[in-house]
Amino acid sequence: MSTTTVTTDRRVPPLGGFSGRLLGLELRRLLRNRRAVIFTLVMPSVFFLLFGTDGDYKSDRVGAGNWTAWIMVSMAVYGAMIATTSGGAMVATERAVGWSRQLRLTPLNPVAYIAVKALVAMTMGLAAVVAVFVVGSLVGADLPLWRLLLCGAIAWVCSLVFAAFGLFMGYLLPSENVMQILGPGLAILSFAGGLFVPLSQFSDVFATIAKLTPAYGVGELARAPFGGEDDLALAALNVVAWGVVFVLGAAWRMSKDTQRV
Amino acid sequence: MNTTSAVRLAGVTKTFGSVRAVDALDLTIEPGEVVAFLGPNGAGKTTTVDMLLGLSRPTSGTVEVFGGDARRAVALGRVAAVMQTGGLLKDFTIRETVELTASLFRPARPVDEVLERAGIADIGDRLVGKASGGQQQRLRFAMALLPDPALLVLDEPTTGMDVQGRRDFWSAIRDDAERGRTTLFATHYLEEADAYADRIVLVRRGQVVADGSAAQVKAMAAGRTVRATWPGADSRALAALDGVDGVDVRGDSVVVHGSDSDTIARFLLTNTPATDLEITSRNLEDAFVALTADPAEGVLA
Repeated sequence: MSTTTVTTDRRVPPLGGFSGRLLGLELRRLLRNRRAVIFTLVMPSVFFLLFGTDGDYKSDRVGAGNWTAWIMVSMAVYGAMIATTSGGAMVATERAVGWSRQLRLTPLNPVAYIAVKALVAMTMGLAAVVAVFVVGSLVGADLPLWRLLLCGAIAWVCSLVFAAFGLFMGYLLPSENVMQILGPGLAILSFAGGLFVPLSQFSDVFATIAKLTPAYGVGELARAPFGGEDDLALAALNVVAWGVVFVLGAAWRMSKDTQRV
Repeated sequence: MNTTSAVRLAGVTKTFGSVRAVDALDLTIEPGEVVAFLGPNGAGKTTTVDMLLGLSRPTSGTVEVFGGDARRAVALGRVAAVMQTGGLLKDFTIRETVELTASLFRPARPVDEVLERAGIADIGDRLVGKASGGQQQRLRFAMALLPDPALLVLDEPTTGMDVQGRRDFWSAIRDDAERGRTTLFATHYLEEADAYADRIVLVRRGQVVADGSAAQVKAMAAGRTVRATWPGADSRALAALDGVDGVDVRGDSVVVHGSDSDTIARFLLTNTPATDLEITSRNLEDAFVALTADPAEGVLA
């Protein structure tokens, strides 16, 4: 059996404790959470089927695709937003139940911990995008494949902004049920950002305000491969600006948290 | 390596606002000792343990674990702990929780081994949320065994365990202690401290008020009681002995209470016809109450 003298070959783990094993276990845990799976993988597809499969939407063209494809991309962005936000917000639960305190009794580096959370969030985001795209392709979303893939890739990469948002909120709101607050919040942001209803349906004042909300930029950029959009610079600025705000916010709350140890 | 203390706290003070949770506390623990850390709620036990684990820093004073920084000792797995406040995630299974923790330590004991030693090998696939309080506590213990720590810190380790669980737990702790593992535990079960610790450290208001073996601590607080059969006992002669603070004649029995039971017994056996001598110490709980009570409340008369 083991000797309990102070051994000299003790080391701290490489990469601050980050490993594929840790990532795999965290993903397995998230997939076990039925509510998370329903909200990220099922609901966006259901919304898409409700709003996007009208006969006219399949025949009416928008840029290089049909309206069904356009709505599919919007719903994929919505799904990725929920997935990445809830992935980031997992830190709230872990803080609330004291798991982060338990982890402080291990060599796990806080940066490695955040990296795992971000990667789990982004993996869920990818799954959310793929789920909506698969359903969309089955029911008549029409867009050339390379444009479709580009839409998906942009939606996914831009949802990093919401992973940061989730982390920020996760550190700001130390509650076990943080997604019950964030879920409705994300629905409002999605509506305001033109994911559920095109901004052209809004009054001028509301459309202007909408362009300042965080879901707007991600949605516009993700639908850019349809062609014909003119406000891409504004959309990119929106994504970058909100990304900076959320990353700085998360970093600020996180440093407060680790100071307290 | 043998000359390095497992724990060295020197003049450690920790204040929260105007509250002095720990007040110039000195404590040295040598490798291989099993130390019970006792005190009433709010005595500064948890605050001290937190500093030992690098979870907080002292306002002033020195905290050394194996001659170095506490955080570093934790990161290297020299120190592990079972903390009451350490939460578990409901959505992991017991085995996954241990696997995750094992992935962080270099080196780590095999997962099956620690599950076995903590007595939860048969419920590894159970979700943590479905495990009982005692099983969760065993899980925390399994996690603490992973880095094969040289110092194990336990905060109320047997909370929620049944009698059998408690017995298994302490036998595992004693086995490791015999192989040289230093153990520091805080507990509310005074009989556990009495039975399993080599040394008892009593704290009150952030300071050590008693430090020694269980027998020493008991004697410090309350002395011992000597009972003998002696019809017509001369209570005045007994009361005149050194250190005697109470003589009680009950029929044919006499009960003498004092700090020096040896002198009382010697007197009874050599100078009187007393028979059936019994010497008892007061139990640890009496000592605990006497030593840690607030003098203002009049308990320590």
